Amino acid sequence: MKQFQYICPTTQQGVLDVINKPGTKIIAGGTNLVDLMKRGVTAPDKLVDINHLPLKSIISTPKGLYIGALALNSAVAEHELVARQYPLLAMALKAGASPQLRNMATVGGNMMQRTRCGYFYDTTMPCNKRAPGSGCGAYEGVNRMHAIFGGSSQCIAVHPSDMCVALAALNAVVIIAGKKGERRLPFTDFHRLPGEHPEMDNHLAANELIVGVEIPNNHFAANSYYLKVRDRQSYAFALVSVAAALDIENGIIRHARLAMGGVAHKPWRLFDAEQALAGKPVSEDSFKQAAQLAMQGAKGYGQNAFKLKLAPATIAEALKHAAGLA
Amino acid sequence: MKKEINLNMPSSSEGMSRIDGRLKVTGAAKYSAEYTVEGLTYGVLVGSTITKGTITAIDTKAAERAPGVIAVITHVNAIKVPGFQSEAGKPSAVRAQLKVFDDNKIVYNGQPVAVVIANTYERALYGASLVKTQYSKEQHETSLNASIGKGFPPHGDGLYKRGIQDAWKSAPYKVEQEYIVPTDTHNPMELHAIIAKWEADDKVTVWDKTQGVKATQHDIAQLFNIPVDNVQVNSKFVGGAFGSALRTWPHEVVALIAAKMVKRPVKLVLSRADMFTSVGHRPYTWQKIGIGATADGKLTGITHEAYGQTSTFENFTEGPVGVSQGLYACPNVNTKYNLVALNIGTPTWMRGPGEATGAFALESALDELSYLLKIDPIELRLRNYAETDPESGKPFSSKFLNEAYQMGADHIGWAERKPEPGTLKKDGLLVGYGIGCGMFGAYRSGATIKAKMTADGILLLQTAVSDIGPGTGTAMVLIAAEQMGIPAGNIRFENGASDLPQAPTQGGSATTASVGSAVHYACIELKEKFQKLTGNDSPKAIDYAQVLKQHNLPLLEVTTKSTAGDDRDKYAMNSWSVHFVKVLVNAATGVVKIDKVASVADSGHIISPKTARSQVVGGAIGGIGMALMEEAVMDHRYGRYINNNFADYHVAVNADIPQIDAQFVNKPDPYINPMGAKGMAEIALIGMAAAVANAVYNATGKRVRELPITPDKVMA
Repeated sequence: MKQFQYICPTTQQGVLDVINKPGTKIIAGGTNLVDLMKRGVTAPDKLVDINHLPLKSIISTPKGLYIGALALNSAVAEHELVARQYPLLAMALKAGASPQLRNMATVGGNMMQRTRCGYFYDTTMPCNKRAPGSGCGAYEGVNRMHAIFGGSSQCIAVHPSDMCVALAALNAVVIIAGKKGERRLPFTDFHRLPGEHPEMDNHLAANELIVGVEIPNNHFAANSYYLKVRDRQSYAFALVSVAAALDIENGIIRHARLAMGGVAHKPWRLFDAEQALAGKPVSEDSFKQAAQLAMQGAKGYGQNAFKLKLAPATIAEALKHAAGLA
Repeated sequence: MKKEINLNMPSSSEGMSRIDGRLKVTGAAKYSAEYTVEGLTYGVLVGSTITKGTITAIDTKAAERAPGVIAVITHVNAIKVPGFQSEAGKPSAVRAQLKVFDDNKIVYNGQPVAVVIANTYERALYGASLVKTQYSKEQHETSLNASIGKGFPPHGDGLYKRGIQDAWKSAPYKVEQEYIVPTDTHNPMELHAIIAKWEADDKVTVWDKTQGVKATQHDIAQLFNIPVDNVQVNSKFVGGAFGSALRTWPHEVVALIAAKMVKRPVKLVLSRADMFTSVGHRPYTWQKIGIGATADGKLTGITHEAYGQTSTFENFTEGPVGVSQGLYACPNVNTKYNLVALNIGTPTWMRGPGEATGAFALESALDELSYLLKIDPIELRLRNYAETDPESGKPFSSKFLNEAYQMGADHIGWAERKPEPGTLKKDGLLVGYGIGCGMFGAYRSGATIKAKMTADGILLLQTAVSDIGPGTGTAMVLIAAEQMGIPAGNIRFENGASDLPQAPTQGGSATTASVGSAVHYACIELKEKFQKLTGNDSPKAIDYAQVLKQHNLPLLEVTTKSTAGDDRDKYAMNSWSVHFVKVLVNAATGVVKIDKVASVADSGHIISPKTARSQVVGGAIGGIGMALMEEAVMDHRYGRYINNNFADYHVAVNADIPQIDAQFVNKPDPYINPMGAKGMAEIALIGMAAAVANAVYNATGKRVRELPITPDKVMA
């Protein structure tokens, strides 16, 4: 087999010192990376195991909630603080993957899983993300699962995470460590659209490490819902998923948050629909109008055209659940 | 001859647990890939990445130089398989199968073009990644829809007719629709695997995943032109197969070629991706049904056409149109069955095989007719109830399907069903009820049992048959316990090896009827031997151990062959099933949740209630998968499957499965065999997909005629 080096630094500095070399990959839970290595999609020369870093904490801060990058998906989903104050995140996590995978997968790893599709996985097929310039197999091919927002002729794959959809909706902030210290990036700016460079899924530089995410305090706990529409009821990627959070006072929506999964190269935040909902009464009509607004700029590619109809239906349905109307 | 059958066994879901259950759940059961053999090497296949054409060059140097690699075998250096060289006098299984490594022709994507043999699996896998193949591509055909004009009848004219041709067209009430069942894959949990060890030039032992050790033995003997008795096939445990291990596949031949060439035993385990291309699948099938009835719901005509996939080198046939010929009393039926030869691996029978495909179409069409006629779907079925076999006119050996309708209707709560679609709601979801029936021939073939009672009072039953999971061993032990009057705990069952007495391949729901009969008669003969010794023919329980001791004998044994009698000529023999499904549908998102299933089998006397229940539950789950999610998706531009893994090819998971209420009519068939038992594996699935589709229609008014019924096809 292909030989690779495997190292386990015990300090953050130790990690930062070694990751900036080509062919180097960070491994945490490995639930995506090991798969990709087995299928020959990626073949790193060096794996940097970061599981020895003290980044597993889940703690309440005056501003909100801090979750370490190495906190397990299952640990976050089951955490009492998350369940009580950020139920949207717990619901999204539990909708993702399978219990076995959630027991291995970390928060940082979940963010770093590849935006991908079947063509990305099959090394005999064209895929600009895996082999830049080879073409996009899905663009005119099997694209039922693919993006309706933000795609390019280079790539229409979707980011498969559920957790990230909730974190995008909750205005989370990614804390990133680099050689020059820490920087903070809004979660919605972490992942990127394919454009001309689908090989890049996000804005994390090669010499940087995710250390955690922060979720600011909010008033959404009572009215949150994560709705995932999929082909089977567990261990299936979303056709469309919606994270909906409402801050409701006397039947009027003060603030709304909406994000979608399964529709774009990144978690897709619906800012326009959120704004449209603010100040509106809680009603199915408000929800349907917002859902329609959310679809501006959506585009089908053939097999996935049904998402143009499914997405607004799912948004309205998720809002109904969040508002307690369903 | 009609037999009186004693029904003194439990008929509830209670009953004896699987005799091998503990071995399976503790990991002690040993599957083919788990054997260790002295000097074992490991093979990994390299599959073609084109779909049709020729190999122009194959560079194996890098692989050969890789650490641990012992050999790289391709069509260039492979030994010639004698069975591939001359076609005369060979059984079709050998004659027509892919002649792997015989030449440079590529006829489907994933076809083995090389095997890398190394001293570890990982090294073989790495070596396989280094084999570089160049091809000259030709235009391939993989889409049945695109090539349907090239359909041809597999035998004769592919036509069947009774009464008037296309009589449905002149009926006052009629439905004509097209239905599609996509490519589904068996994908049992256990990957196909073989260990091949040549004991001498003309003598070989294999540990192989197969549903028929005797059939595999004969195929290997034919392929390598060696005596049948020089081939030993072991398949002690099979981790599911659903039909995929019914025949010999290219990877088995590859392992045999490789082991001969490297002069060491070779283990070859398929990858999950190989499981999509190389060990068969349920063929994509396009169907069209025309069905007509009078205003009071009497069927006047059925026309059923089916076009199924096959490969370019083999004609795979099954029976999708058979259900239309035999399920209902209809005077005028004509059917047509064609194949379309495509650049794919050969399909093979997958649980319920063609009947499951056909029943999806027929039972959907009948449901459509019931709404047109405004007649309850159960009532419509009763008005067309076949009291005798509509095809042959013969009486049925037994049929209690009408009782099954009633049982299932009671269990699902059919009375709650609304005749108008989309009118029943609960908690914001649409509620619907559906019915679908299944029928499958109740077969029985010859089988031999060796039964040996030893002085310790232990009875050993031996036969070659595989046990792929239905609980064969358990049923055989129960039959013997009943006949011998001894506790099941004193009986051992040994199977799954070709040097054991002859038994049929496990398939077509025929094992219990075939092998069970041999057990039954062997036990009677053995008991008679004891009675001769004691001079006592009273039916009183015999203390076998005591008798052997008294006569100073170590053991008494019999070898008994049982074959089907001539009753098969006088009666039409089938098993029947009816499935009732209740669904909850979110109209906005199209998500279908199965809320409840009630499946009733009319399969004669139930010998092993617990494993029988497990069969029905498993069939229902397979049917739910077929109905709602299973589909091997191919990109026809490349001829490759896109979802060839368990994350993307969806089989039903626990979250998709509701309470499944498995019921049995449990009335013995007096003619089929001495136990009165008929097959159950196929009917547990046949009709299920239609029941789900019909329930979805009842809930939503959306008629989905192309499986699987995914949310996009149901949403408002």
